[in-house]
Amino acid sequence: MIGVYRPGRSPLHRVGAGWKLGGLAASVIAVALLPEWWMLLTALCVAAAGFAIAGIGPRVAFAQLVPVLWILAIAAPLNALFSGWESALVMALRVATFVGLAALVTLTTRVSAMLDAIRTALRPFGDRIDPERVGIVLAMTIRAVPLMAEIVTTVLDARRARGAEGSLRAVAVPVVVRSLQTADAMGEALVARGFDD
Amino acid sequence: MSEIVFEHVTHRYDGDEVLTDVSLALTERRIGIVGANGSGKSTLARLINGLVHPTAGRVLVDGLDVARNGREVRRRVGFVFTNPDNQIVMPTVREDVAFSLRRFKLDATDAAARVHRTLERFGLTELADRPAHRLSGGQKQLLALAAVLVAEPAVLVADEPTTLLDARNADLVERHFAALDEQVILVTHRLESVESFDRVLVVEEGRIVADAAPADALSAYRSLLR
Repeated sequence: MIGVYRPGRSPLHRVGAGWKLGGLAASVIAVALLPEWWMLLTALCVAAAGFAIAGIGPRVAFAQLVPVLWILAIAAPLNALFSGWESALVMALRVATFVGLAALVTLTTRVSAMLDAIRTALRPFGDRIDPERVGIVLAMTIRAVPLMAEIVTTVLDARRARGAEGSLRAVAVPVVVRSLQTADAMGEALVARGFDD
Repeated sequence: MSEIVFEHVTHRYDGDEVLTDVSLALTERRIGIVGANGSGKSTLARLINGLVHPTAGRVLVDGLDVARNGREVRRRVGFVFTNPDNQIVMPTVREDVAFSLRRFKLDATDAAARVHRTLERFGLTELADRPAHRLSGGQKQLLALAAVLVAEPAVLVADEPTTLLDARNADLVERHFAALDEQVILVTHRLESVESFDRVLVVEEGRIVADAAPADALSAYRSLLR
């Protein structure tokens, strides 16, 4: 869901991070208010056009949606069962558009540019909120995605190697323990890099 | 060279004495620290950067007490960890190197120039916009090294930086370490890595049991292993 920045020179790449984050917030509100499935389909097409403008191929664009597809695969039929197919379609299109728009921003914006934009936006609240700290939290969150994926893959491999495929505990416990250890180590590394206040 | 002084340093962790009454003055350009797992060598290294504090005694870097002047000391002492994955914060190579400079509040042009120079120095220019998590182990460790050295510390402490690497990547990283102008304190299990160093410390059960030129220190360490 959080795409890693893809370098490029498209018009979307050149738009400032602050504008893109503001635009994303406004679009998400607008999409949330669209009542009809055909309006949401149009919004999804606009997001798809954004990928084309940014020079991001359909394979990469579709890969951004893959993590939510399994959620939609469960939620949409349930929604259709209780509220009808139109409601399910509205929900599925809305979620897909949200994810597409967010991915479009993260794929065309460096995290460092987002940190600068957040720092600028939070400057008026500097006496109550530390903008640098908020930025680091955002960076760490994005960094945690591939790191967590790696931990889960390693633990699943270990579970298979030990013949414990059916055990949920054999996944949950080591994933939690390794995640906490990694968080500890990353905290220590941040201190070592001078981000210790 | 910076002067790193340990004055009767003891460190306890969870009730166990990890280091016992260590007194040293380190001024050489290349210093190796060897010892078995759990001997206390990593704790010795972490004390220099202020990642852990002495339970008794004090550690001074150029006269600054590490426990009281942690920020100032960390500007002078960079630290490279065993697992570079834990050290990389930003999604791309260039951003991670630049991240180290955020605390200095440099002008954007100066910061970009420093990042560019550092990427070039470590042969990472071609990889600058790659996702950091997709690099090889050796490339990640070079990135970790670059991200520390872009801040221009006077001393570099490295805690087993090649332990997780295959032989080829370990050699690559060590070649870069060997070429550094900075004062280097290297904790390692690869004894051949410190053979050309100025001084080698052997740590055993929380004490410095040998402190000499590499030939003598490594011979003492090998006799401990027998």
